[in-house]
Amino acid sequence: MKVEVRVYPRQDVLDPQGKAIAAALSRLGHRTVKDVRAGKVFFLEVEGSDPAAAERDARLMAEELLANTVIEGYDVKVLPEPA
Amino acid sequence: MTMKFAVVVFPGSNCDADCLHVVKELLSCEAEPVWHKDRDLKGADAVILPGGFAYGDYLRAGALARFSPVMESVAEFARAGGPVLGICNGFQVLLEAGLLPGAVRVNKTLRYICRDVFMRVENNETAFTRLYEPGQVVRMPIGHGEGNYTAPRETLEELRRERRVVFRYCDEMGRVAEAANPNGAAENIAGISNREGNVVGLMPHPDRCSEKLLGNDAGLKMFESAVHALSSRGLAIG
Repeated sequence: MKVEVRVYPRQDVLDPQGKAIAAALSRLGHRTVKDVRAGKVFFLEVEGSDPAAAERDARLMAEELLANTVIEGYDVKVLPEPA
Repeated sequence: MTMKFAVVVFPGSNCDADCLHVVKELLSCEAEPVWHKDRDLKGADAVILPGGFAYGDYLRAGALARFSPVMESVAEFARAGGPVLGICNGFQVLLEAGLLPGAVRVNKTLRYICRDVFMRVENNETAFTRLYEPGQVVRMPIGHGEGNYTAPRETLEELRRERRVVFRYCDEMGRVAEAANPNGAAENIAGISNREGNVVGLMPHPDRCSEKLLGNDAGLKMFESAVHALSSRGLAIG
C-alpha cells in the first residue's frame, strides 16, 4: 500500500520559509497569494492490506520521527491500491 | 582527581576535535571521543554533544541523531544528574531527544549565519555557567542555519519562571533587543537548561572561543564551570 504523510508548520508557528516563498510569488506577479506555509510530504510504501492498520502505523511514525510536534502538524492519507 | 569528559561523535559531527582540544589542552582534563554507536560513556564525569551536522541534518537537525545508541546512555547519565552540554548541533540533538524542551526552526533570515554575537548570562547557577557573573555579557561565535528557538507559550513561561533561560542574545551593552537577535529566537533565547541545571544547550560555540590565541576566551568558563561543579560536588560527598 502507499501512504502519504504530510508534515507542515503548525498554524501558530512562524514559518520563515513560507513567508519568503509568498513574497517571491508576489514579486512574480501572483497577487492572489495571501499566505504560504511550506511543508514536506513523505511517500511510504508499506506492507499489508489493512488501510486502518497502515494509517495507525503511519501516525506512530509521524509522532516518533517524521514530524516534530512541538512545531509541526501532520496528516496521513492511505492511498487505495490500483484495482 | 582529574576529570574525564566524553565527547560524543555522530557521523557528521565536526566540532568534536575542538571540544577534545579544549578539555585536554586547556583544562588538562581527560577526554574521550565516544562513537555514537557505543553505549559506554567510558566512566566520564561530563558529556559534551558537539557541533556539526549529525546525519547530515537530514529530516531535521538532530532528528536522526537522537536515535543513536549512545543517546540512551546520555539520557540515563543526565537523569542521574551528570553534566551534559549540547553545543549548536548538540543542542539541536538535546531538543529532539526531549532532554531539553522546545525546538529550533530555520533562521528568520533563511540564511546560515556565521559571526560573533553577544549574550547575557541569565542564570549562572547551572553546571556550565557557575563561573560567570549574573548578567555578564559575553561574546561568542555562532554558525548555524537553524537556531531560531521556539516553544509553546506555556513552555516559554515555565522556562522564565524556573530561570532556565541560561543565555539571551543582547547587544554589547547587555540590552536584550530584537535588533540583537540574530536568528529570530523566541525571547532572544540562545541557551536553556533542564530543571536541575545539569543539562545545558546553546546555539553559540564556546568551544570556538576558549583561548586567547583565537582572540577570545569567553567560552572557556563554560568548561571550567563543569570542572568546578564536579569538584565541589566531590567535596560535598566526602
